[in-house]
Amino acid sequence: MRAARRWVGNHLILGLGLLILAYTFVPIAIVVLMSFNDSSKSRNVYKFQKFTTDHWLHPHGWANGIWDSVLLSISIAACATVIATVLGTLAAFALVRHRFAGRSAANVIIFLPMASPEIVMGSSLLALFVSAGYGGHLGFITILIAHIMFCLSFVIVTVKARLAGLNDNLEQAAMDLYATESQTFRRITFPLVLPGIVGAALLSFSLSFDDFIITNLNAGQRVTFPMYVYGANQRGVPMEVNVIGTAMFVISIVIVVGNEVVRRRQEKALAA
Amino acid sequence: MTSTAGVAPANPHETATKAPRGRKLTGYWLILPGALWLLVFFVIPFYSLLAASLFDPKGSPLTGYDMTWHFGNFVDAFDQYKGQIGRSILYAGIATLTCLVVGYVLAYAIAFKAGRWKNLMLVLVIAPFFTSFLLRTLSWKLILADDGWVVSAAQTLHLTNLLNLIGLTSTDDRLLATPFAVIAGLTYNFLPFMVLPLYASLEKVDIRLIEASGDLYASPIRGFFKVTFPLSLPGVVAGTLLTFIPAAGDYVNAQLLGSPNTRMVGNSIQNLFTSQGDYAAAGALSVILMVIIVAAVMLYVRTAGTEELV
Repeated sequence: MRAARRWVGNHLILGLGLLILAYTFVPIAIVVLMSFNDSSKSRNVYKFQKFTTDHWLHPHGWANGIWDSVLLSISIAACATVIATVLGTLAAFALVRHRFAGRSAANVIIFLPMASPEIVMGSSLLALFVSAGYGGHLGFITILIAHIMFCLSFVIVTVKARLAGLNDNLEQAAMDLYATESQTFRRITFPLVLPGIVGAALLSFSLSFDDFIITNLNAGQRVTFPMYVYGANQRGVPMEVNVIGTAMFVISIVIVVGNEVVRRRQEKALAA
Repeated sequence: MTSTAGVAPANPHETATKAPRGRKLTGYWLILPGALWLLVFFVIPFYSLLAASLFDPKGSPLTGYDMTWHFGNFVDAFDQYKGQIGRSILYAGIATLTCLVVGYVLAYAIAFKAGRWKNLMLVLVIAPFFTSFLLRTLSWKLILADDGWVVSAAQTLHLTNLLNLIGLTSTDDRLLATPFAVIAGLTYNFLPFMVLPLYASLEKVDIRLIEASGDLYASPIRGFFKVTFPLSLPGVVAGTLLTFIPAAGDYVNAQLLGSPNTRMVGNSIQNLFTSQGDYAAAGALSVILMVIIVAAVMLYVRTAGTEELV
């Protein structure tokens, strides 16, 4: 009797947890479903009408502006990812491997962007651009500056975690075997930190690609993909955007799983 | 002459703390670019915002603004938008509490019951981030649609009457365009921000302490409230902050799932900046939001009494 109650207790919580996880996937399932929705016959775009693969097979026939917005978002995300990952990785090495005055102040400043409301960060940046006389030139550069700013903290935190969890026996072994400092870094330290850096870059890319609130304030006349979706909401979102949403999801899953597989192999190789 | 390659470093095991003088500067050089970026584009903008909030409200983006130390902006902005400010705090508060309850169950299941599926479940927690936040929010429009099964199920179970009674909806046949929809959207969107810190805290809890409470004849429920929950407090504090702060500043859920009666302060700030070009009022409203959030956070952290936050 007691065992039965315990079994129920254990599995009840796990079941509830799985139910909650399932709930978080319902909207994603709807995005995937709607990417196959033929809404051309009806004005109600929030209802599944008829199955079609047209949106997937004929991306040339997509509504105006979708591709432009996607390409803009991709190019901004790519630039922001490269710059934020480089700057953030350097900073993470500084914070974990070096002691210097102002280190704890730096840690606080790095934490704050992750804990500030986006609307306040976005409006502050806009106020800066306007007071610098840049208010009429909002566009690619101002969006990029903003995205690097909020990606940086996430990169630093991610790479720092990987660096801090690193076992320094391997580095010491390399040095004991007469590797120079730069050899040790190139052949041991960097490859070991790389999964963290890749993870940080992926995180940056998706944060940048998906950002709306800060971007909307600092974009001027440019329209990123999230801004396109938001704007389209008023006149009815074209179903094609769901193709982008689905593709994003699938690509991210593939990359994350791939990164994890590489990491595990590496760890196994090291353990052997 | 000794070849450098043949000489092992004097002390290969030296740690950063004992780094020689020249190495000390390396740290500065490494962190300089990133730190400068954050200084110029994160810290200094707060001063620009503060300055903008004190501009003469008679200016416009075209004619420029005069700095007149117009503190009246704050009074005007608060007066005009206190409804939106109140809603932001209320909606974000309810969403945070809901996230805490729901997120705790999920985090607890992952930390203690998932076994070898732990890592997979953690990836699934963040997987919703892999697709667009706006598209996921728009999906709720379809889920909560007037002729959808969620509305009819809620009606059958008389949940709509209950929601109506506590003021989260205003009619019996709609969920969309109500405070309920906005709060549901906020809860959904910020749930992972609650689950991850909760999990991090719960995972550190020594399971033997919970077993010990059972050995000492505490019921599982009593054991939970006397042992597990207090030990997970740092995660509770971090999770509630990471949920409440972005939720209070969010306006996407209020815009896409709500109605003009559910607008939050973010909607007003956005409109003032972009549509109306009233930078002085927008700046003042942003500063007010930030001050309220900082005050709430400080009060909360002091009451919850944890120091291991960052």
